[in-house]
Amino acid sequence: MSPIVLQAKNISKEFHDPTTIQVLFDIDFSIRRGEFVSVTGKSGCGKSTLLYILSTMDTDYSGELFIDNQLVTGKKEKELAKIRNEKIGFVFQFHYLLNEFNVLRNVMLPGLKLNQLTQEEIEFRAMEKLKILGIEKEALKMPNQLSGGQKQRVAIARSLINDPLIIMGDEPTGNLDKKNSNIVFDVFKELTHTMNQTLLIVTHDQEFANNTDRIIDMEDGRIISS
Amino acid sequence: MKINLTITIAKSLLLARWKQTLIAAIGVTFSITMFITLLGFMNGLNELLDGLVVNRTPHIRLYNEIKPSKKQPIEQLKTSDIQHHFIHSIKPNLGRTNIYNSLAIIEALKHKKEILGVAPKVTAQVFYNVGSVDITGVINGIDPEVEKKLFVFDDYIPAGNSMYIKNIPNSIILGKGAADKMMVGIGDNVQVTTSKGERVSLKVVGFFQSGIQDIDKVQSYCSIATTQKLLGVDNNYITDIQIKLHDINQAPLLAKKYGEIFEIDALDIQTANAQFETGSSVRTTISFAVGITLLIVAGFGIYNILNMMIYEKMDSIAILKATGFSGQDVRNVFLTIALSIGFFGGIFGLIFGFSLSALVDQIPFNTPALPTVKTYPVSYNPFYYFIGCTFAIITTYFAGLFPARKASKIDPVIIIRGK
Repeated sequence: MSPIVLQAKNISKEFHDPTTIQVLFDIDFSIRRGEFVSVTGKSGCGKSTLLYILSTMDTDYSGELFIDNQLVTGKKEKELAKIRNEKIGFVFQFHYLLNEFNVLRNVMLPGLKLNQLTQEEIEFRAMEKLKILGIEKEALKMPNQLSGGQKQRVAIARSLINDPLIIMGDEPTGNLDKKNSNIVFDVFKELTHTMNQTLLIVTHDQEFANNTDRIIDMEDGRIISS
Repeated sequence: MKINLTITIAKSLLLARWKQTLIAAIGVTFSITMFITLLGFMNGLNELLDGLVVNRTPHIRLYNEIKPSKKQPIEQLKTSDIQHHFIHSIKPNLGRTNIYNSLAIIEALKHKKEILGVAPKVTAQVFYNVGSVDITGVINGIDPEVEKKLFVFDDYIPAGNSMYIKNIPNSIILGKGAADKMMVGIGDNVQVTTSKGERVSLKVVGFFQSGIQDIDKVQSYCSIATTQKLLGVDNNYITDIQIKLHDINQAPLLAKKYGEIFEIDALDIQTANAQFETGSSVRTTISFAVGITLLIVAGFGIYNILNMMIYEKMDSIAILKATGFSGQDVRNVFLTIALSIGFFGGIFGLIFGFSLSALVDQIPFNTPALPTVKTYPVSYNPFYYFIGCTFAIITTYFAGLFPARKASKIDPVIIIRGK
């Protein structure tokens, strides 16, 4: 059995504004290394909320979260930032590239922040990641010169730069047409197969979910099947 | 986080909005420029006005005051409880106005290390004779060399040369006001009558103009020897010993000390000219207030621009935080932006401030009261440049601090989910 990389124990969350509504009820599950997991469910079922708790960005919840067998619940903002930097890669619905930097620099940024390798090494790695995603030719372009699909691939390359333990995606294909969606899906698929990369993708694209290794289906803040 | 990375991110954010950045920096530049120019000009004026008095006034003056003796002879007599002296109508005695043992005192003072220099002076009351009219005047017997060194004497000699009074016997540097009254020029002779009734003819070798009309009408300068001759006294006769110190602030303390040591009257400059200090400090305070106001206004400009930048860059901040940049990192980025605006704006402000000061320094400024001043006075005291630069950095730091803190508190979840 592969080791567990992420484990949620009894995670619940309430929104307090304007009235208290519980959106997550005792979420309990774990993800093992190399798994390609998708979280599906109707709009408003709490799947994105869950993702942001798992990503350590949302700290207002009850229950316990373990990443790499380490309890992250209750850690300080700075420590959480470090965990995100080192262990989690993000791909969002929108690409969120920084328009002030070229593609290569965008990919390098989290690596520069981690500050474990020299600038040249990070640059070399960034080029490798861009090659994996087939967009090394665009490395020196600015983000606004790329197509939507290319931008999303740059965002994936960026999420890979620090060799994260897990990549989390929030509707990464939500803004893409069929063709580009397929490209992104194929990239994910390849990452799990060739690099044993763990992936946790929130999506409401049922076709996308059906092709993943494991589907966590949510409804009204509860996991109904996983 | 590495400083390099902070600077790289700050720089690219700055350059992305370079027009706004430029405007913010120009705001700082403008305020520093005005701050420097204003303070330079104001202090130039201060120094000029203070100089009128301070340059020409000794820090400590030793002299004999004409006054009744403190201890009347009758007081030597012991009194019992029921007896008391009543002395009416005490008058000053005809004491000596010259300083007893003056040459020894001067010699002693010259060896004290807190003293910059000692200048002896003899004052003689005279009348300038113009036809049948007598004008009262005062002749100061001085050593022009020492006077030049300690009291910038030459600045107040618009015509002629101060050294002539030493080298030409029976010569005088006449007050400009007195000279105008007598209608004499350089090379002419003037008649003066001493208080003892002697008439002497003196050759005019220069004019003295302090800028203060009342002084120029009365004061004239001769060498010490000439003045002693006018008074008919020997060469020990010195009425004033003028002392210039290294540190003007020590004057009151040292005046008291010397007064006790030499048993003589000692007057310090602070007591003699209290009002000048007040005027200077008020003017300086006003300039500082105006300068700081300008900087604070510039600070609000920076605050606004950073706030706008943060709203525009909300997405970038969110993704930086999502990918592992901490709130502190984000804050540092925005503080770097603010400080670099302050720093570069400030540097240019110093350069422009210096240039503008230099320009003001060239503007003609002719006033009959100040013969040696031809252009507006400007001070280039590095202290104001230092203060200007420091204030620029401090103001921009605080202007940047609040937007930077706001940026650091942005919750990436809200931004990312909002799309």
